[in-house]
Amino acid sequence: MARVLMKGTEAIAEAAIQAGCKYFFGYPITPQNEIPEYMSARLPEVGGRYVQAESEVASINMLMGGGSTGYRVMTSSSSPGISLMSEGISYIAGCEIPAVIVNVMRAGPGLGGILPGQADYLQVTKGGGNGDYNMIVLAPSTLQECVDLTQAAFDLAQKYRNPVMVAADGFMGQMMEAVEVKPSPTRDQKPDTTWALGFMRERGGRKSLLHSLYLAPEPLEDHNQKLQKKYQAIRDAEQRCECYRMEDAEVLIAAYGTTARICRSAVNNLRNKGKKVGMIRPITLWPYPREAFKTIPGTVKRILVAEMNAGQMVDDVKVATGCAYPVSFYGRTGGISPSVREIEEQCEKLLSL
Amino acid sequence: MSEITVYERPKTWTPDVSSHYCPGCGHGIAHRLVCESIDELGIQNDTIGLAPVGCAAMIYDYIETDFCEAPHGRAPAVATGIKTVRPDKIVFTYQGDGDLASIGMGEIVHAANRGMNLTVIFINNAIYGMTGGQMAPTTLIGQKATTCPLGRDVAVSGYPIRVSEMLATLPAPGYITRVTLSQPKYIIKAKQAIKKAFQNQMEGKGFSLVEVLSTCPTNWGLRPVEAFQWLMDEMVPYYPLGTFKDFE
Repeated sequence: MARVLMKGTEAIAEAAIQAGCKYFFGYPITPQNEIPEYMSARLPEVGGRYVQAESEVASINMLMGGGSTGYRVMTSSSSPGISLMSEGISYIAGCEIPAVIVNVMRAGPGLGGILPGQADYLQVTKGGGNGDYNMIVLAPSTLQECVDLTQAAFDLAQKYRNPVMVAADGFMGQMMEAVEVKPSPTRDQKPDTTWALGFMRERGGRKSLLHSLYLAPEPLEDHNQKLQKKYQAIRDAEQRCECYRMEDAEVLIAAYGTTARICRSAVNNLRNKGKKVGMIRPITLWPYPREAFKTIPGTVKRILVAEMNAGQMVDDVKVATGCAYPVSFYGRTGGISPSVREIEEQCEKLLSL
Repeated sequence: MSEITVYERPKTWTPDVSSHYCPGCGHGIAHRLVCESIDELGIQNDTIGLAPVGCAAMIYDYIETDFCEAPHGRAPAVATGIKTVRPDKIVFTYQGDGDLASIGMGEIVHAANRGMNLTVIFINNAIYGMTGGQMAPTTLIGQKATTCPLGRDVAVSGYPIRVSEMLATLPAPGYITRVTLSQPKYIIKAKQAIKKAFQNQMEGKGFSLVEVLSTCPTNWGLRPVEAFQWLMDEMVPYYPLGTFKDFE
């Protein structure tokens, strides 16, 4: 398939289909409505099924059921809807069910607005639901990356039997860009019949039980330790990060998603003026790419965190760098993104210190 | 003299486990009827159960089929997800009245309204059991519970919800019936209803729900025998037995 001009939400939906996702459970919320709309029309063409849930609470639980069969399933929503899904995400993690959740983030809190936001960084990376669980969170910065990370999400979900979120923001969802959506090499991957529901006969009559309830404390602690071991394996193997023009930088911007796109332009403009600025761009928000932060060159004097929120990633940067650098923050909220000029001004201010 | 087998444990019942249910609780009977139905229909290897939150959360300790544990009230949504991917499997939820009629009211109504080809076993004992006897949406008027110590007051808590009658107003669900476990003759009828609810799904007929009026002697503060009497005297008049829809 050649490169075609697509809207972000539709590119994500087609990427999922090309990754072998045949079952989608959705509920309307702006700015992600094109995903369920696209799926409702497209899935029947590939022998799949679309179900419109009665709420995000229902759609995440339908996702849990669909995922429990071992086949590739997806839901999508936006920030307030993800809040409603948080209970289900905790259960999906606790039951170790593979599932992909797309979050086209908008500005909050509460109903907030329908414009883009990144103010759910803490919600999606630190929990949202109850209990000690982690969800893999992928943050695309271009529409091609929306496509590639959506397809990667299905592989990661099945590899680790874990929920995986593609955390795009409203810009990623609503803008158009040329993308290539190729069939994923793993699109025909069969369910793992050792645990997936519906394969009792294939297991020779042995039932499979997916649950998170352990009334006795020791088995529950064992379950938690097993989960923690898996999360550590994910931390060890799945960190993704882009280091952009980081060599010899004096000011390093840390940004992800749409904000990173803006910062890339700012870095290019400043570099053209001979100013030593680079960017470190987490692609996995969880696991946080701490290893990449260890490669920051000795030339770096200050770090600027830029986000479309009030500074939710700042602590992660401080931890990842062992508080070795002064960390400044610049962000906009309310659905407003920082401008390239604003980022340049912030960098110039830090360079002059 | 030859031996005649008059009764044996269902094959689908997990061997060598004793249940955690209280003496006089109806769950054990209802579980057995589910197992017998699965046995007789020959669907053990093709059945996927959804466990609720409540006393029956550990139903999977007693029934040997695939199982997934749903969040409180969400079993019909989880079942919808499973059935969407695997329409070739037999999917059932087993839910209590707190689970289905309170926190999960949205999920059951919409699963029924979609006419999802599912089987729902709905155990109504008019109280929250596992959490210790709090008022349920099905608690009778004047019935005492730990959160209505003076008895359910309609002015504060409204009326007990008749789930079967309510769902029967929808065009999509096919089979909705209310049975009880208070006496052997009613247990035989309950068995027929539960088996039929599974058979409907096998035949692709659509949504089937069996409301089973059951007992909770511990939280009702009654002895087992008194509890079965109370069920007949108090619950059945408010929740009449009978079939409200049968694919007419």
